[in-house]
Order: sequence, then structure tokens, then C-alpha cells
Amino acid sequence: ANDDPITDELWDELEEALLQADVGLETTQYLVNRTLDRVNRHGVKKAREARDMLKAEMVRTFAEYAGQKRPDAKPYVILVVGVNGAGKTTLIAKLAHRYKNRFGKKVLLAAGDTFRAAATEQLETWAERAGVPCVSLGQGADAAAVVYKAIDAALEQDVDILIVDTAGRLHAKYNLMQELEKIRNIIARKLPGAPHETILVIDATTGQNGVLQAKAFLKAAGVTDVAVTKMDGTAKGGIAFAIAQDIERPIRYIGTGEKLDDLALFDAQTFVDALFAEPKTVKG
Amino acid sequence: MFESLSDRLQAVFQKLGSKGILTEEDVREAMKQVRLALLEADVNFRVVKDFVAKVTEQAIGEEVTKSLTPHQQVIKIVHQELINLLGAENVPLQEARPGPTVIMLVGLQGTGKTTLAAKLALHLRKKGKRVLLVAADVYRPAAITQLQALGRQLNIPVYSEGTQASPPDIAEHALEHARKELFNVVIIDTAGRLQIDEPLMQELEQIENRVHPIERLLVVDAMTGQEAVRVAETFNQRVKLTGVVMTKMDGDARGGAALSVRAVTGVPIKFLSTGEKVDGNTLEVFHPDRLASRILGM
Ligand SMILES: Nc1nc2c(ncn2[C@@H]2O[C@H](COP(=O)(O)OP(=O)(O)OP(=O)(O)O)[C@@H](O)[C@H]2O)c(=O)[nH]1
Ligand SMILES: Nc1nc2c(ncn2[C@@H]2O[C@H](COP(=O)(O)OP(=O)(O)OP(=O)(O)O)[C@@H](O)[C@H]2O)c(=O)[nH]1
Ligand SMILES: [K+]
Ligand SMILES: [Mg+2]
Ligand SMILES: [Mg+2]
Repeated sequence: ANDDPITDELWDELEEALLQADVGLETTQYLVNRTLDRVNRHGVKKAREARDMLKAEMVRTFAEYAGQKRPDAKPYVILVVGVNGAGKTTLIAKLAHRYKNRFGKKVLLAAGDTFRAAATEQLETWAERAGVPCVSLGQGADAAAVVYKAIDAALEQDVDILIVDTAGRLHAKYNLMQELEKIRNIIARKLPGAPHETILVIDATTGQNGVLQAKAFLKAAGVTDVAVTKMDGTAKGGIAFAIAQDIERPIRYIGTGEKLDDLALFDAQTFVDALFAEPKTVKG
Repeated sequence: MFESLSDRLQAVFQKLGSKGILTEEDVREAMKQVRLALLEADVNFRVVKDFVAKVTEQAIGEEVTKSLTPHQQVIKIVHQELINLLGAENVPLQEARPGPTVIMLVGLQGTGKTTLAAKLALHLRKKGKRVLLVAADVYRPAAITQLQALGRQLNIPVYSEGTQASPPDIAEHALEHARKELFNVVIIDTAGRLQIDEPLMQELEQIENRVHPIERLLVVDAMTGQEAVRVAETFNQRVKLTGVVMTKMDGDARGGAALSVRAVTGVPIKFLSTGEKVDGNTLEVFHPDRLASRILGM
């Protein structure tokens, strides 16, 4: 109940909630101990107040990295990276839809995943649905060539926003990460200042491996923002907290489904509240 | 894959081994470290709790503390409990008699089902089977094209009816086709779905009722965290899983989800899948007993 006093069980309960949400043991213990300290210092007596303090601490941490300044550029180039199957291509479709149909921007997509079977067809289908053009050279083409061509097209066609898809890759694979660094460098050489935004896509079901993913992609691709996908499931995506804290980047977008409209801007309070809520039992 | 969990646990037991005689305090301290290692490897919270409690209870017993080699006794207990979690032996794929053997792949979005369908087809063809792949994902953009491209690459036929047909119909027609054309194995690639997506979970039940797949394999991404258990439990309730396949084993995830899913559902892990490429040796038959030993460096 709301007026319950603070007992040892409360700390166990908080620890359990955080661990089950994939926040990770180290981060969990840090959060719980910090709250314990503050509770003692401020003479807090009620469980609810302690719980709110912990939540506020999390919200504050998220907020520290938000609100960074975005460069003003045209074309504004967004590079999307992440491990296999995280939801990159789908996120790109949603962003294209949002920028075009909500903000009236001229958007162009680049099918930079030339590796996975039917990856280009997948992006082309999405482009069609969102009503935006897509530069593609098909499977097996050089990803760098796709990027080159897309930047040329963006300059020629007065495009506001160019979004580049990349092949999924496991962050522990040195060669693939080097290749990503190369793609990033090619973009920068072709268009100084670009990419202006590099979004790391993290699947909400990701466990403790997520922090390693974030570190490796930060190093290779200079991640500026994080998107957490598949938040319409029962996973709480708690690893996003450890990631934000570790790489000091904002969580920017939340994927909430497989349709063009299933995208939300990250809201720290909503996210943290959901983290402590009972899991959903039916979608929606 | 399991190396870093293995390193962590071995370090704990090495420290324990340096002590000679073990006090209850020593055991409890070691178990704290075991708990940490397991949680960081994404072993499910409840599974860890249970595991640590069981090992502690046995390890602080007199047979252990009074024995001549107490730390080896503790390792033995941990080994046995790991086997209890993982299962003892590989459980092979079942064959339907008379055939064709129908295998249905299910799981969350993006876990690696379509890729696995192709890998599994190749694996079975190497055993002399005639395999038919079935494109039953009518939702994801270009899902059918993806399976067809993989099929073409391996020279394995793909049955498809486009995106307008319903997956249960597709599955049934594919099975009729397979019977007529004397295929031995039919592998159904289904769309990724959330276990709380009621219409899509019903669709799986319908496919099951129509073609009675003898194997219903849950495809789990090795990078999955605490969620793996919840997902596996629900899929198991709905379509009674016969096995689990862990994918993306080529990364550095610590694989705790694998341990947990078997522990909680009792459904055996049948294969480990490695790499994006579908040709070559990308599928490893899973041997739980060997893994338990490997984790402990035995
Ligand atoms: N439920 C749900 N599914 C999603 C979401 N975002 C993506 N998906 C699904 O996840 C699967 C993988 O998505 P993709 O966009 O292809 O992922 P990707 O990162 O581009 O994959 P690769 O290019 O193969 O590395 C697809 O089935 C998507 O429909 C989401 O927010 N919610
Ligand atoms: N590194 C690695 N990547 C894999 C493995 N298995 C699949 N992938 C990649 O993971 C991504 C998703 O694989 P898919 O086979 O499309 O997954 P799916 O479960 O069919 O996805 P949906 O149909 O959208 O639910 C692709 O980029 C695959 O290349 C694996 O064992 N290792
Ligand atoms: K995934
Ligand atoms: Mg993609
Ligand atoms: Mg698929």
C-alpha cells in the first residue's frame, strides 16, 4: 500500500524489479544503494517516497544526456546502426514517415544493407509505403557506392533528410565494425559534417550484452542517439538505462510496433514508470 | 560464447580452492560471486535465486565441509546443478513416420527464424533428406523474397503463395504439395510475433491444427535478457514447444537465456546457430552435458 513503511523487503523488491527489467546488477546496486543513502540522509519513512526517489534518480540520469544541440544541415544525414535484427530498417521507415508526413520534409533513403538476403527489397517496400524515394544498388553491391550515390542524389534533388540503412552486425566482430567505420568515414569525406546523427538501435529484449553493443558502436560509428525497439512487447528495456549512463547518449525513440506510425519519442518518466509496472498481458 | 561465464565461475572456484578448509562463510561469499556471474550472463533472476539456494544448501552440509577436498565437492555440486538446468543429453530432432516431417519455427521478431529455416534445410539435406521450405510470413516486408533468396542460394525449393493467402492455408497446401512431390521434410518459416499478440498466437495454433508439426522450435536470440523465459513460457503454453534453437552464438553474449529457458520450461535446446551465412557449418547440435563441463573448465 501507499503508506507502507520502509522495510528490508522494499530494497529486495526494488532490486528484483530492476534486475528483471535487465538494468543489470551493477547499475541496480548503484541505484538501490544511492537511494538507501538518500533515504537515510533525508529521514524518509515511507516506501512510496523511497520508490519515487529511485525513479526520480533514473529520470534525472536520462535527462542529463537529452536536449543536445542538433546541427543545422541540408541534407541532414542520419546513419542507422545496430546488431542483427534489432529493428533498424523498420525504424528508418518510421522516421521517413514521420519526417515526410508529419513535418513535410523531403526525405531520401539509402539501402546500405547490401549483404542480407532481401534487405534492399525490404527497405524499398517500406520506402514505397512511406512515399519516399530510395537509392538502392541491390544485394551484393558495395555499400560505399550506395552511400556515394545517395549523397549525390540528395544534393541534386534538394533533399532535407537522408537516412542510411546499414547491415546488422555483431559488435564483437572486428572486421564488420571496421567496415562500418569505413562507411562512416566515406560519408564524412563526401559531405563534411555528416553524418549529423547516428542512431544506435537496441532491441528491448536485449540483456547485459547491450552495454557492450553500445560501446562498440559508439567507437566505430560515433553514436549520437539511441532508439529502443519492440517496446510493445513485455520486455522493459532496462538495459537502455545502463547504456545511456555508459555511453552518455540520449534515448531518443521508442519503437512500439511494426507499422509506420508505431514510433514514440522517448519520455523518461513514462519509461521509468513502465519499468516498475506489472508486465502487459495483451498487446496494445 | 559461454567463455566469459566460464572464466568468472572458474575464478570463483579457484579462490575457494586456495582456502583448504571451507567455512560456511567462505561458501556464502563464493555463492555471492556465482550469483553475480550468472546475472551478468543473463540467467533469469528466478533461476539464479533457485540455483544459488540449492547449491548453498548442499555445499554448507557436513559431507562437504568435513571432506578432504571441499572445494572439489562444491564444484561437483555446481556441475550437477548445471546439468539439472541444461538437461543431460542432446535431444535430437524427431522424424514423422510416415513423413513428411513437418518442422515449424516460431519466435519473437528478428531472432533469426528465416535464416535458421535455410540453415536447418541444409543440415537435413546433408543427411539425405529432400527438404521443402515454406514461406508463411505474409506480414514482414520482403519476408518471402528473403526466404526465396536463401532457398535459391542453397538450391532448396521454397513453397509460397504470396502475401494474400493466410498462413494456415499456405502451410496446409505446402504439406499437400510435399506429399505429392515426395519431400521428406517441410520447414515452415513463420512471421515473428510477440507472445502477447493474441491474433498472431491464434494463427500459430491454427497452423498447428492443420499440419501437426512434429517439431515446434522456438528460435531465441542469444543476446536476449530476462525476457527469454517469459517468451518461452507463453509460446510453450500455446504450441507446446519441442525444442529451442539459440541463434547469434557468434557474438559475445553470455548465453544465460539458454540456461534459463530450459530450466523454466523443460524444453530442450536442440541447436546453436552461428553466423549470418547459411552455408557451411553454421548449425551446431547442442550437447548440454559438454557445455556444463566446459563452463566449469572440466
Ligand atoms: N513488435 C515490434 N516489432 C518490431 C519493431 N521494430 C521492428 N520490429 C520487427 O523486428 C523484425 C526485424 O526488424 P528489421 O527492421 O528488419 O531489423 P534490422 O535491424 O533492420 O535487421 P537486419 O537488417 O537483419 O539486421 C521485423 O520483423 C520487424 O517487423 C517494434 O517496435 N515492435
Ligand atoms: N551474426 C548472426 N546473425 C544472425 C544469425 N542468425 C540470423 N542472423 C541475422 O539476424 C537478422 C535477423 O534474422 P532473420 O532470419 O531475418 O530473423 P527472423 O526471426 O526471421 O526475423 P522476422 O521474420 O522479422 O521475425 C538478420 O540480419 C540475419 O542475418 C546468427 O546466428 N548470427
Ligand atoms: K533481436
Ligand atoms: Mg535491416
Ligand atoms: Mg523471418
